[in-house]
Amino acid sequence: MNILVCIKQVPGTTKVEIDPANGVLRRDGIASKMNPYDLYALETALTIREQHDGLVSVITMGPPQAEAIIREAYMMGADQGFLLTDRRFAGSDVLATSYTLSQGIRTIGSFDLIICGKQTTDGDTAQVGAAIAEWLDIPHVTWVRAIRTITERGMTVEKNMAESIETVSIQFPCLITVDKDIYMPRLPSYKKMIETNNRTITSLSLDDLPDQDENHYGLNGSPTQVERIFQPDDSREQVIWDDAMDDGADKLFTVLINEKYIRT
Amino acid sequence: MDGLIIGQQCTLCGKCLEVCPFDALELIDGRIQVNANCRLCRLCVKHCPEQAIRLQTSASVVDKSEWRGIMVFGEYGDGQLHPVTIELIGKARELAGKTKMAVSVVLVGHDLGQTADSLLDYGVNTVYVYDDPALATFRVDVYANVLTEIIGEMKPSVVLIGGTSLGRSLAPRVATRFRTGLTADCTQLDIKDNTDLIQIRPAFGGNIMAQIITTRTRPQFATVRYKVMDSAVKTVRTGKVISRSIPSDLLKSRLEVVRIEKKDALPSITEADVLVVAGQGVRSKDDLVLIRQLADRLGGQIASTRPMVEKGWLDYTRQIGLSGRTVKPKLIITCGVSGAIQFCACMNAADLIIAINRDPAAPIFRIAHYGIVGDLYNVIPKLIQRIEGSAQYAI
Ligand SMILES: Cc1cc2nc3c(=O)[nH]c(=O)nc-3n(C[C@H](O)[C@H](O)[C@H](O)COP(=O)(O)OP(=O)(O)OC[C@H]3O[C@@H](n4cnc5c(N)ncnc54)[C@H](O)[C@@H]3O)c2cc1C
Ligand SMILES: Nc1ncnc2c1ncn2[C@@H]1O[C@H](COP(=O)(O)O)[C@@H](O)[C@H]1O
Repeated sequence: MNILVCIKQVPGTTKVEIDPANGVLRRDGIASKMNPYDLYALETALTIREQHDGLVSVITMGPPQAEAIIREAYMMGADQGFLLTDRRFAGSDVLATSYTLSQGIRTIGSFDLIICGKQTTDGDTAQVGAAIAEWLDIPHVTWVRAIRTITERGMTVEKNMAESIETVSIQFPCLITVDKDIYMPRLPSYKKMIETNNRTITSLSLDDLPDQDENHYGLNGSPTQVERIFQPDDSREQVIWDDAMDDGADKLFTVLINEKYIRT
Repeated sequence: MDGLIIGQQCTLCGKCLEVCPFDALELIDGRIQVNANCRLCRLCVKHCPEQAIRLQTSASVVDKSEWRGIMVFGEYGDGQLHPVTIELIGKARELAGKTKMAVSVVLVGHDLGQTADSLLDYGVNTVYVYDDPALATFRVDVYANVLTEIIGEMKPSVVLIGGTSLGRSLAPRVATRFRTGLTADCTQLDIKDNTDLIQIRPAFGGNIMAQIITTRTRPQFATVRYKVMDSAVKTVRTGKVISRSIPSDLLKSRLEVVRIEKKDALPSITEADVLVVAGQGVRSKDDLVLIRQLADRLGGQIASTRPMVEKGWLDYTRQIGLSGRTVKPKLIITCGVSGAIQFCACMNAADLIIAINRDPAAPIFRIAHYGIVGDLYNVIPKLIQRIEGSAQYAI
């Protein structure tokens, strides 16, 4: 089986703050790491490979430093890695990111199964996976929490919905996004690090993609724009009531209505 | 090409490297260069002391006047309308009022009964109904076909979809078909006079808020988080229901839903949105029924402090704290909990903390957003009574 995993490099922490003095994000040398949810995607691919043979490839779109997470994927057991990197990809939103990835995927081969993480910790949209599937015109299932069976033609998976678990059959080629905890991600191994030290990482730029129209990438290809960023207002005023007047329950009731935990 | 242009005036002072939130600027070969991380937030443009950075755009703009109206996706499943739909209608009416547009709802499913008609009570102008056995369960490709058809024909300016597991699987497929913007999981929405939707959403796990607009393309897709917008209120009925169908080709799916099981096991305390916690202020095992009832009425789970588990009143899996589990629910109500550090450290990230304790000096009040200094045996039964007396409680 030919499996591709989409991985992304994200800041090492989400505890970012905005400096009140100048309104910009404080980033005191925050290190980067692989999006934690993508570790589950990679683990899923590696586990499937153990049972059904095949090849596990990883792809990422990002700056040249994103190579680091492909190395990490090699240390976990991925067979080959692709880095989509080009200044003309700058400013990509969900649409442009998913388009660029889909173009990259068309360039490097055909896959039975593409696996994404359920979301990233920086962008946090959980939409890139489904959008890639649309560009590639393949079906997708989101929030997969278990894989039941895999055959030549497709797979049956359990999908985590808010109030139910759906068992869904899907034909190959297809894309799934996997929930946290589907499999416990293995640790990178020192032995594999030594083994894969010299393994190549294939870099692709816009010039390598089938669609060469710059208007479809980066800023030009991104319909959404970030107008501003700001710190959320979490300065909830603390309120303490004394129930001596026997009105504590009423007060709480009003709070719960205002916070939408009770519908009237 | 569009993007940031770094002009001759640049003195390599490095201010832009410092202010860039995305690590998108680099000093390479003696000049500042922009890499793929750039999100065009324009902070560098604003902060450059030499005004050497500017943003160049050349992309074409759609004729916005051709796209009118606010369309809401009516999420229906398991024989009922998802309540987020009513919240979306409430928001849609507000946005429509500001721009003199109409509100429509697209209802997709099977055996929809009176649901479409009931939506007219909320001031919806048009409800488009697709009722077909092939639509009985959610299959993303088929639902995407339906939405694409109606959007293509009605050309709404804005499409609002619930930020539910279903909505967040569906929205990206449809938005991609229209080659347009989708803003995920919005918590605030407003609209400009020129019909550009102002979309505010959390990023970085809620540590940062981003305001996002879709200026060049239509429609503007947004998924909206459940339980943040106010539900629509009922008003005079003026709208109509229109039945529609689409060619059977478009109802063929590459997915098959084999089985749907209600989650039998309740979510664990680490997954639950609402937790009601019993502490030692609860005097006997039988009294736990009070806590359970309150949790039930709020659609939540019961949890506890360590002593309650040690006494064997509750299972270990319900224990919050250093030697138990860490939780981050939307709402946590602690009842008779003192607020020891080993407990608080593992629940203080909850969005809303309410504490009931009769000791005003209890440390739990230091972290509570709302506190009631009182006897839980007085407060909780009354609260349950009030909730039961209200028409409908939360899910
Ligand atoms: C290494 C270590 C690990 C620990 N791990 C955990 C852990 O994982 N989880 C944990 O919970 N604890 C843990 N503890 C124990 C912790 O220190 C506290 O002892 C415990 O949290 C106290 O539980 P409590 O609040 O239910 O009880 P108490 O501290 O006895 O508090 C009861 C509270 O109820 C109030 N009260 C009494 N009657 C009423 C009434 N009728 N109405 C309203 N209020 C009333 C009282 O004013 C009091 O504040 C740990 C301790 C250690 C040393
Ligand atoms: N730049 C990227 N490169 C590779 N994969 C990505 C990228 N951005 C998102 N993805 C994939 O899409 C998933 C969802 O991302 P998001 O929509 O940003 O929450 C991630 O878990 C990755 O699997």
